[in-house]
Amino acid sequence: MIKVSKPGLLSTVQDLGRYGFQKFGVIVSGSMDPIAHRISNWLVGNDENEAVIEMTLTGPVLEFQENCLISICGGDLSPSIGGDPVPLWRSILVKKGSILKFGGCKSGTRAYLAIAGGIDVPSVMKSRSTYLRAGIGGFEGRNLNAGDTLEASPLRQNSKDIMDYLIPYLEDKTFTEIDWSISSEFIAIHRSRKVVRVIEGPEHNLFTEKSRQAFFGDPFKVSPQSDRMGYRLQGPQLSLKQATDMISEAVTFGTIQVPSDGNPIILLADRQTTGGYPRIGQVASVDLPLIAQTKPGEELSFTAITHKEAQKLLIDREKQLRHLKQGIALKLR
Amino acid sequence: MNYSLYPLGDSAVVIQLGDAIEIDTHEKVKNVTAFFENNPQSWLIETIPAFTTVTLFYDPMEILQIRKDGLPYKVVCSILKELLSGELEGNPAPARVMEIPVCYGGKYGPDLEEVADARGITMEEVISKHTAGDYLVYMIGFAPGFPYVGGLDPDLATPRRKSPRLKIPAGSVGIAGDQTGVYPIESPGGWQLIGRTPLSLFRPADDTPSLLQTGDRIKFVPISEEEFIEMEGNA
Repeated sequence: MIKVSKPGLLSTVQDLGRYGFQKFGVIVSGSMDPIAHRISNWLVGNDENEAVIEMTLTGPVLEFQENCLISICGGDLSPSIGGDPVPLWRSILVKKGSILKFGGCKSGTRAYLAIAGGIDVPSVMKSRSTYLRAGIGGFEGRNLNAGDTLEASPLRQNSKDIMDYLIPYLEDKTFTEIDWSISSEFIAIHRSRKVVRVIEGPEHNLFTEKSRQAFFGDPFKVSPQSDRMGYRLQGPQLSLKQATDMISEAVTFGTIQVPSDGNPIILLADRQTTGGYPRIGQVASVDLPLIAQTKPGEELSFTAITHKEAQKLLIDREKQLRHLKQGIALKLR
Repeated sequence: MNYSLYPLGDSAVVIQLGDAIEIDTHEKVKNVTAFFENNPQSWLIETIPAFTTVTLFYDPMEILQIRKDGLPYKVVCSILKELLSGELEGNPAPARVMEIPVCYGGKYGPDLEEVADARGITMEEVISKHTAGDYLVYMIGFAPGFPYVGGLDPDLATPRRKSPRLKIPAGSVGIAGDQTGVYPIESPGGWQLIGRTPLSLFRPADDTPSLLQTGDRIKFVPISEEEFIEMEGNA
């Protein structure tokens, strides 16, 4: 059992999303950085879709009321236990009674805390993700508050094996970790590129030549009015060749739409299911974690790639992730 | 069947079946959506029907299981071209007629008078025109269970409020331009509110979490405040 002593800025329970209900207007939600989410689960022996805590910029203070196998992946929000920094991207056994704190945000924006077994909250419409606006899913349909207690679901054998392996090393320490982590080269995948790869959107050709060039050339600043639903961008204003009435249709994670004020919005995990604004671009799936790890106030710029390239990148990434998953399973056996 | 295909990102394909909001296109949307509901595909994650399109979200890695060579998008397109080449028999369920009880005016419909004044008719006429309408749910979107409805009497078309409300109670029935609709969950919004229904449009505990579905017909039925309170209590 984990007790929330301080909730942090915005800490929610998320799995990989609520699928199959978009036709009823129910949004997908789920983790903003699905890659960090999946790896965090693998490191504690979980299925990749198990519910984790997504924390934002300022993490929570958590009190472990029993020994717990955890991993923290994604942005570096300076986790520590008893003053000792807790490494990211590793399997970590935390001793009963320890308090996990987060300090300043050193890199990225969002960190994912997985616990062995996954966070045990009721599944609503086949998902444990928090849908804040409708007040459903996750932990009582809301962000975590001080005083909440989180339980883990029963552990799979994989998780038990890792715990059994680590327990002898715990001794009098507050935590101990497996002396092996995800290769930095792999983690860098979603940190190194400052430029977001984008496919031209279905309405790309409706924009003026000048706007298209500006979109793919000039930097944009992520506005403070940015959240899990979407990132609003400030930069050159984008305009259409002529005013067009769009008929609403589906949008998705990474769709870049441009409302009439000319400032683009990147739609993210809590996006609506459909939209009616012209879409100048679509972020390649492989670069979505990069956006999730960008803070309001930071800059993003966009470079055009073809749809074919985006799909090839996605397949290559998935193949790498499968190797990584197998590698983790072998190392942790 | 006339259609075109285009990608939405690297994991979805859009089947475009028309370019205007009209019944014929809507019927095609319903047929294609029903086809994929009645014939599940291993690669298909979910569909979103809209006014003129059906968007299919697919798993590119699952497509590779079917055909290892070729780009997943190309493979999906060739599968779709095969499926859509003949008369697609989606067998959509017959349209349901959903009765939505509405308590008009008063605290439930604070803008009823404004709509009547704007249109130069009485509040009673607004109610009778609104309840006389035969409405079609073209699609669900914007919010969970929110219906995009066609069929509003042009005499009732009223622009949105100049300043949107920060909180509109769930169940509020409103008018915005030539659209009418019901807010399923409490939300901010600029619609002119003429009444409220005690029914829950969004039912997250149910297998089908939306009371209304694409293709439904809607009849608004006027109820008194007493009936509203009684039905709300039973809900």
